[in-house]
Amino acid sequence: MASIVAVIASTHHPFYYRASTATGEDRPPFADEWTSKILAFRETLTRARPDVLVMVGSDHFHQLWLDNMPQFLVGKAPFYDANWYNEEREFGLPRMLLKGQEDLSGHILRAGLDAGFDLAFSNELRIDHSITCPIITLRPEADLPIVPIYTNIFAPPLPEPKRFVQLGATIRQIVESWPSHLRVAVIGTGHLSLELGGPRQFGPHGPDPEFDQRAVEWIANGDLDGCLREVTLDSLHSPGNATHGFMDFMLMMGVAGAGVKADYVDTLDLFHTMEAYFTWYPNGAPAA
Amino acid sequence: MSKYLLNKFLFMVDRDPELVERYRSEPRELVAWWEAECANTVLNCHTGEASTWLRFDDVEREALATHDHVKLFELGAHPFLTLTLFIAVFERDNTEPLEYQKSYGARLAHFAMPYPDIAT
Repeated sequence: MASIVAVIASTHHPFYYRASTATGEDRPPFADEWTSKILAFRETLTRARPDVLVMVGSDHFHQLWLDNMPQFLVGKAPFYDANWYNEEREFGLPRMLLKGQEDLSGHILRAGLDAGFDLAFSNELRIDHSITCPIITLRPEADLPIVPIYTNIFAPPLPEPKRFVQLGATIRQIVESWPSHLRVAVIGTGHLSLELGGPRQFGPHGPDPEFDQRAVEWIANGDLDGCLREVTLDSLHSPGNATHGFMDFMLMMGVAGAGVKADYVDTLDLFHTMEAYFTWYPNGAPAA
Repeated sequence: MSKYLLNKFLFMVDRDPELVERYRSEPRELVAWWEAECANTVLNCHTGEASTWLRFDDVEREALATHDHVKLFELGAHPFLTLTLFIAVFERDNTEPLEYQKSYGARLAHFAMPYPDIAT
């Protein structure tokens, strides 16, 4: 059976690409520290020597729209084009082409349906920065096949937080039952507190540093009980109007397992939102 | 009132560079043209099948025609869609980094929690 060699949860900051590649006067003052943290984070994936990446993210009204909105969707295609015109325009993100791992996509769809998740699927999916940001930060070669999984954290009505956790736990079981010798990393990105298009956006820190601190502790300690006790669809409005993206972190806590502490934790306090990086090694940390 | 149609306008204009420019230079004309020609497009039908019932009310039409992002927020338009399009239209006028983004937030400062409902 396949093995999960790393579980990684991260914020996805679309400004990283531009900040890290800028030079001279265009280079922001925080770029060096940010790049240094990303390089250390990247090493946690590299060290695990993955063959395949399961990538959990959320479409930002690019391909998925309100006339036909899935709650959870699995890509099943041989290739995925990536990034969109408005992401080039606003963030300077490059166009990309990623290979798909269709066999694992098919396995996740079949087993997920059988496990009680009525997963939508797509045979032609152009992915966006929720998935390409972690490719850029963690595997910039973009050379490994992926299985993209999209969640709806964006267009209410949304699934409950516990459903994200349950899906994460189910993805863990499904990948570990995939009849393959391949080494799989499961990578998911979300947000801590975040405000987009509201009065608290683009402040000197994230809109709710206190929430961010608690959230990092929940994730780092695998404290799903504490997290689920406090986090509801209603409560997530309070830290910032785009904070429902935190539910993708909860999904990744479900993948990592209740009570399992992360092997690697790092954060970076930036303007607008806090960055946070976590890695778990389900089979023990690989040699450096 | 149709939050969905407001969102559909923001969504369709944002992804088309030509429409972004028309929305910047001639917003009232663009909104009228879009409502007449595009509002009823079924986006997933390549043969041009259309709906028959979608139209703005006067408040919605005026908010879009006057670039009034504060009113759009109040009406429950999706804040991500509004922000993304308005950055495309106005960020180029910045004289310092994030100037537009910060003023956009400041103009919304009178909104307290809970914000207007964005469910469609």
